Order: sequence, then C-alpha cells, then structure tokens
Amino acid sequence: MKWLGAALLGGSLLLPPLFAGDFYVNLASQILIAAIFSLSLNLLVGFGGMTSLGHASYLGVSAYISALLTTRYGFGHGAAAFISITGTVAVASFFGMIALRASGLGFLMITLALSQVLWGLAYRMSNVTNGDNGITGLTRPSPFGLSLDSPAAFYWFVLIVATVAFLMMTIFVSSAFGSSLKGVRDQPRRMAALGFNPSLIRWITFVYAGFWAAISGLLYVYYHKYIHPTSLSITSSAEALLGVIAGGAGTLGGPAVGAALVLLLKNYVSAYIERWNMLLGLVFLFIVLVMPAGIVPGFSKLMTTLRGEPR
Amino acid sequence: MSDAFEYALEVINLRKAFGGLTVTNDVSVKVRPGERRLIIGPNGAGKTTLFNQISGDLRPNSGLIRFFGADITHLLPYRRAHCGISRTYQIITLFAADTLEHNVSLGLLGLKRSRWQMWRPMSFYPDIRSEARRALDSVGLLHLAERPISDIAYGERRRAELAVALAQKPRLVLLDEPLAGLSNTERSTVKSLIASISRDTTVIMIEHDMDTALDLAETVTLLNYGRVIVDGKRDAVIADERTREVYLGT
Repeated sequence: MKWLGAALLGGSLLLPPLFAGDFYVNLASQILIAAIFSLSLNLLVGFGGMTSLGHASYLGVSAYISALLTTRYGFGHGAAAFISITGTVAVASFFGMIALRASGLGFLMITLALSQVLWGLAYRMSNVTNGDNGITGLTRPSPFGLSLDSPAAFYWFVLIVATVAFLMMTIFVSSAFGSSLKGVRDQPRRMAALGFNPSLIRWITFVYAGFWAAISGLLYVYYHKYIHPTSLSITSSAEALLGVIAGGAGTLGGPAVGAALVLLLKNYVSAYIERWNMLLGLVFLFIVLVMPAGIVPGFSKLMTTLRGEPR
Repeated sequence: MSDAFEYALEVINLRKAFGGLTVTNDVSVKVRPGERRLIIGPNGAGKTTLFNQISGDLRPNSGLIRFFGADITHLLPYRRAHCGISRTYQIITLFAADTLEHNVSLGLLGLKRSRWQMWRPMSFYPDIRSEARRALDSVGLLHLAERPISDIAYGERRRAELAVALAQKPRLVLLDEPLAGLSNTERSTVKSLIASISRDTTVIMIEHDMDTALDLAETVTLLNYGRVIVDGKRDAVIADERTREVYLGT
C-alpha cells in the first residue's frame, strides 16, 4: 500500500512534460530543485538535530561560483560545476567547524551569522558579484551535446539529478552512518560512551548536506540563468527550513512535499493573492496545529487511523 | 593479556569540583583485572560523578586515571569506549523508538569500522545482527528483539541496557544502579546476569540495594562527601565501624 503510493507519486513526476504547458513544467523543475535543497537541509534538521538558518549559503555560493566562472573567466560548464561543488564543500567544511562548536540555538545563530556574512559580501562586493544587479547573461550547460534550453529538456535533466539525490540521501540516512547520526541526534552522550565520535559525525553530515545544497545551487542557477544576492539571504534559508518542518523533518519524503508547498504558494498562488506570505503563514499555522510532526507523518497517521489499525 | 597488568583501573588522587562544591575529593581506587567491585555511599556521595570521570563524560580538575597501565585521564569518551570501557546509566537512556535489536546493534557498531559506512543500509549487516541477537539471548530478551524499547517493561529495559553494554565485550563495565526500581523477581534475574559476566570483564557497580549487591561484590569502596571512607575486601568493609556509621547505621 505504502509502496503503491510511492510508485504513483514517482510516476506522476514523469507527467508534467507530457501533458502540462511550459509554465507548469518550469514550476515542476523549480519544485524539484527546491526539493533537493530541502532534502539536504533535512539531513541536518531532521536526522542530525542541527537546525540551521543559513543553509542558503551553500546554494548561493555554488551558484555564484558557477556564474562567475562561466561569465567572467570563460570556464566551460563542466569545469565550472566541478569547481563550484568543490568550493562549496570547502566552505561548508569550514563553516561546519565553526558552527558545530555550538549546538541548539547557538548553532542556529552561528549558521545565520555566517550566511549573513556571505549575503553581505554578495551585496557589497559589487566589483566581483555585481551587487544588487546580480549576474546576468548565464547559459545552461549542454551535457553530451543535448540542449537544456527547452523547459521539457531541463525538466528531464533536473528529474534525473533529483532522483539520484533522493536515492543517495535515502541510502545515507538508512546506512550504518545514518543510524549513528540519528543516535547522536537523540543521545549524544550515550553514543559517545558506545564509541561514536559525535562531533565528527555531525561535521561529516554538515559537509554532506553542503554538497547536495551545492548541487541544488547549480541547478538553481542553470534554471534562472541569473543569480542575485537574495538567493543567499535569510529568507531563502528560512523558506527551506519552513518547507522541511511543514513537510515533516526527519522523514524521507516530507521535505520534498514541504518544498513543493512553499513553491506553489510562492509562484502559483501569488498570481491570485498579492499577500501570499500571509497565506503561507496561515498554512504553516494550520500544519503546526493539526499535524505538528509535518504533512507526511500527519497523513500517514491519518491513514492508519482511517483504516482502523492500532497505533 | 590482562594478566600482565596488576590493575585494570587505577584512579589516583582524583579531584572534581563544581564551583565551590568538591564532589570528588582526592579519591584513589585500584581495581584488579576481573575484580567485582561495589561502590556504596549515601546520596550525593559522588558515586556517579566518579563513574562519569572514568567514562570520560566529566573531566577531573586534577588527578590521574589509568586503564591497564595507560593514562586515559584526558581521552574523549568515545576513545575510552574503544579502549574497552563500557557503561550503563542510572536513568535508562536507550533509543525508545527503535527495536531492542537495533539498540544492541548500535552498541556493537560503535566499536566497528563499518560505523562510517554510508552506502549500505543498516539491515545489510548479518554479522552484527546475529551478534546482537546472541547478546539479547544472553539476557533472556531474544523473544522481544523486534519490539521497540518503548513497548517493553521497565525491568526488561534494564536488561536490554545490560545487553548493550555487555555486547561490546568490554574489559571494564561500569554499572550504575543496575537493580534500581526492579521487582524482587526481576532483581534476582538481573543479579544472576551480573554474576554470569565473564571474568575477562572487570565489573564496577554502584548499587543501593545492599542485600543483593553485596553477594555480587568481592571488594567494596565506601564513599561519603566525595571521599573514600573505607576500601577493601567485602567482609572487612562491612564489619568496619565507619561503614556502620555512614551507611548502615541508623
């Protein structure tokens, strides 16, 4: 039953380019990109118990590096992508070392502060980043000579990357390492007494989450062909965090659902209601009140209740 | 190998203060390999604080801790676990949502290199699985292996906690009140479990239930106000005037 649902959901991802117009195909691409980003944040928030309010840093850094390398320094997309990912992972490993000296609220504030530094740099270092104007005139890569300029082609590309990302992160959290991560989230002292190194486990997860954020950042900049400091902003981090919590932190599919919800409200509903933020707030409130664990856990609980199974 | 060392654990002039309160005051304790040591003392005597320093959860202000001759005073807790120190807690700290098997497996994983493995699901380790089930069998909980901790009774959790600690085949196990809150039947079950621990493992135990615990102990250390009051062979400590005064006396 559960597998059938997952298969149906997976299958429905194949539909947009076949039936929907360009607007919806593009929206679907954006949702998938946001889903990869939210899933990476979920590794920290849901599975590691490390609530970060600065995860947009890694999306932004990777997008900016790629944009700068391809426009200003004439790099090809392949090399630029490689350098962006490596660079972002380096930033994540450095930031992780700083932020993980604290936990809980302290960790949250440090991740926020570090991301604000990058956001400030993107804004003010205008000779490099072009400041508030952002970087324009970007192109999409053509892997194996296939152009990704049409919405459908780009969607297929994103779908493949997203599928790989989802599988890799799923394997990550269900692996032996994933088990120790969850253990460290719940009882760090006990885990240390059992022979696990909590700091190192947290740091590796932080870097790994940075890696997938970098991937989503590349897709983000390929999609928009434009990058602006707002992608590094606290709003960008907070939206992703909202998606993770709304969808269900610590579940595998939840963050993707949450990301879809936030993006639909942002891009679709905003065409009809100017104050879409207010609606987002109301929806979030509703979720917190009715399904405190998030949409996905909430629905699966509802289903078991409806079927009359115990627990 | 352990025969080569005179002592499994040497605690030398250990001191720990929280602000102005000295909780461990110049404590020296020596435990031989394979020994069964009971630590007694009134509430607030500093028993658990001593355990926390041996396991590495707390850093002493001064003094030395040696484990089979090696200075471990400044080792992080996870390194001490790899040296062969294992412990249980006064307040049960198992992973409530996970199955018993998973809890024990996690303990086993802690000492294995495969704990860094990121590409293989946890369920693909048949060797860990069977080892965990053997450990559960040894404490009589095999029939509950697939149940989550939150489903089982308090006494069974105590035994699961023992299974996690003993599955690691430690050279030293620290048992912090393993009998606390148990019924009489459970008490005797756990007692015989502790009695059956292999002699390759040194056992240090904190326990309030003197009737049961004294049977298990060969040597006894009495703590009070962070100091060692009496230390020695069980019968000598029990017979000691100061023991009566501090602990048994009314």
